[in-house]
Amino acid sequence: MQAKKGKISVMMGNVVAANVAKLCRPEVVACYPITPQSEVAETLSGFVADGSLDAEIVEVEGENSAMNVCLAASVAGARTFTATSSYGLVYMYDAILQASGYRAPVVMVNVNRETPGIQAVSSGQQDMISTRDAGWVQIIVENNQEIADQLIMCYKLAEDFDIQLPVMLNYDGYYLSYLNEEVEMPEQADVDAFLAPLKNQPQRPRIIPGASTGCGTHGMEMGYVEARYKHWAAMDRAKKKVDDIDKEFGEYFGRSYGGQIEEYRTKDADIVILTSGSAAGTAKTVVDTKREEGIKVGLVKQRLFRPFPEERLIQALKGKKAVGVIDRSLAFGWKYGPMCAELKVIAPAIGSMPILSYIDGLANLDITTPHISRVVDEVNAAAKGKAYQDVTWIPMEEV
Amino acid sequence: MVIKHKNIFKTEAPWSDANQKMLALDTGSWRTERPVLDKALCNYCGLCAIYCPPQCMKDMGDHYEANLAFCKGCGICAHECPKKAYTMKPEGDFTNAG
Repeated sequence: MQAKKGKISVMMGNVVAANVAKLCRPEVVACYPITPQSEVAETLSGFVADGSLDAEIVEVEGENSAMNVCLAASVAGARTFTATSSYGLVYMYDAILQASGYRAPVVMVNVNRETPGIQAVSSGQQDMISTRDAGWVQIIVENNQEIADQLIMCYKLAEDFDIQLPVMLNYDGYYLSYLNEEVEMPEQADVDAFLAPLKNQPQRPRIIPGASTGCGTHGMEMGYVEARYKHWAAMDRAKKKVDDIDKEFGEYFGRSYGGQIEEYRTKDADIVILTSGSAAGTAKTVVDTKREEGIKVGLVKQRLFRPFPEERLIQALKGKKAVGVIDRSLAFGWKYGPMCAELKVIAPAIGSMPILSYIDGLANLDITTPHISRVVDEVNAAAKGKAYQDVTWIPMEEV
Repeated sequence: MVIKHKNIFKTEAPWSDANQKMLALDTGSWRTERPVLDKALCNYCGLCAIYCPPQCMKDMGDHYEANLAFCKGCGICAHECPKKAYTMKPEGDFTNAG
C-alpha cells in the first residue's frame, strides 16, 4: 500500500512542524513560545482555537511546566506534543530527565539555538548537545520536508512498545525555522494509517484514577539499576528501530532519509565529511563540486545524535583515508567538537586515519560553501599524509 | 553480559503497585529505633497505618504492628498516635530475633 501524493506548498519550517504535529493527533499539547520556535506554539494554538485539532492545550507559564504537563499526560496514556528551544530546553531540564526516566513517549521539537551564557538569540546546536545524556532519543534533520516526515516517524518510534522513550526532533533555528521551502504535506488518512499499528501493541502502563499504580517509585538500589539498565537497553534497540521505521516510511510515503545516518556519495569515497542539520545540504553541493574536480569525497549526515549510531558509522567510514567533522557546537573540556569527539571513540573500528575537527556555524554564522570546500581540501591533504591541524575554528581564522 | 538479576518491575518503565511493591526495598535496615506497641492503650483507630511513610503497618484485627522488614524507625506512628500507645525504643535493646 502506498500513500496518496500530498498537497505541495511553500511553508516555513515552524509551520511545517505545527501542521505535521496536528496530523499526528496529539491529545495534549503544552508549548511555551520562544524564539525561534514561537510559530510552532502559535500555529498549534490556532488549530485548537479553530477546531481543526481536537487536543487539550495547556497554557503553561514556562517550559518547566510544559514538560511536566506532557510527562503527566503521557503517563496517563495520552499522545503529547511540545516544542521548545535553547533557554526553554534548559529551563525544563529536570522534567526532561524525569520524562526519560519514566519512559514517557513524549515527542518534542527542539529548534536549535545557542544556549544561555552570552544571550545568543541565534542558531547553533549547543542546546541539543547540552541535553545529550538526558536519555532521550535525539534526531536532527536537514530541511523542511525532513521535519515533516521525521516528526511522523518520531511518534512511531517513541510509542513503540519495545522502545517507550521520549524523542526530541531537532532542526536548525533560523536556517529552517524561518525558511520557506517547498513541502509535500502528507494526507491525514495516510498519517493515520502509518501510525495505526501503534494501537495494536500491548497497552503500556498508565495512571488509572482510583488504582494504586505509580511510576518512578523505588529509585534506589537494584530498582534504580534495573530501571537504568532497561533504559540503556532500549536506547540501544532504538538504533535499528530508527532504520526500520525510515525504511517503512520510505515504502509507504516514497521518501526516506537513511535512518540513523544519511550517506551521500560515500561508497567509493576516499575521504568523508561528517556533519548534521541544515549544513548537510550545503555540504552535498560541495561534495558534487569537489567530485567534478576529481576529489573522491562523500558526506555522512548524522541524523541520530542519541543513541550514537556506532555500527552504521563504522560501516560507512571503515577503510576511508580521512574524515573531517564540522560541529555547530562545542564540547567544553574537549578540544574537538562534540560529534568529532564521539567519532574518535570508534576510531579503532574504522581504522587509523586522520580525523579533523572543525568548529563552524556558531551564533548564526553561516557554514558556507567556501568553508566546506576548505575542509574538503584539508582533509584530502591529510589523507595524503600532509600535516594537519587537529581542531580549526573556521570563523576565527577569517579576517 | 550474563544477567543474573531478577526483575523487580514487570514493566519497561519503573511502574509498580503502590499497595504492595513499595515494600520491595529493605528499608528495615535503616532503623536505629523501633515502635513498640502497648496493646492496652491501642484503640485500633488506624492513624498509625495512614501516616506510615513506607505503608508497612500490618492490620492485626484489633491492633496494628509495624512490619520490621520495612519499618525505617522514623517514629511518625508514635508521634501521630492519639493514645501514645507506641514507644520508640533503640535497636540496640533488641537482638536480631526481636
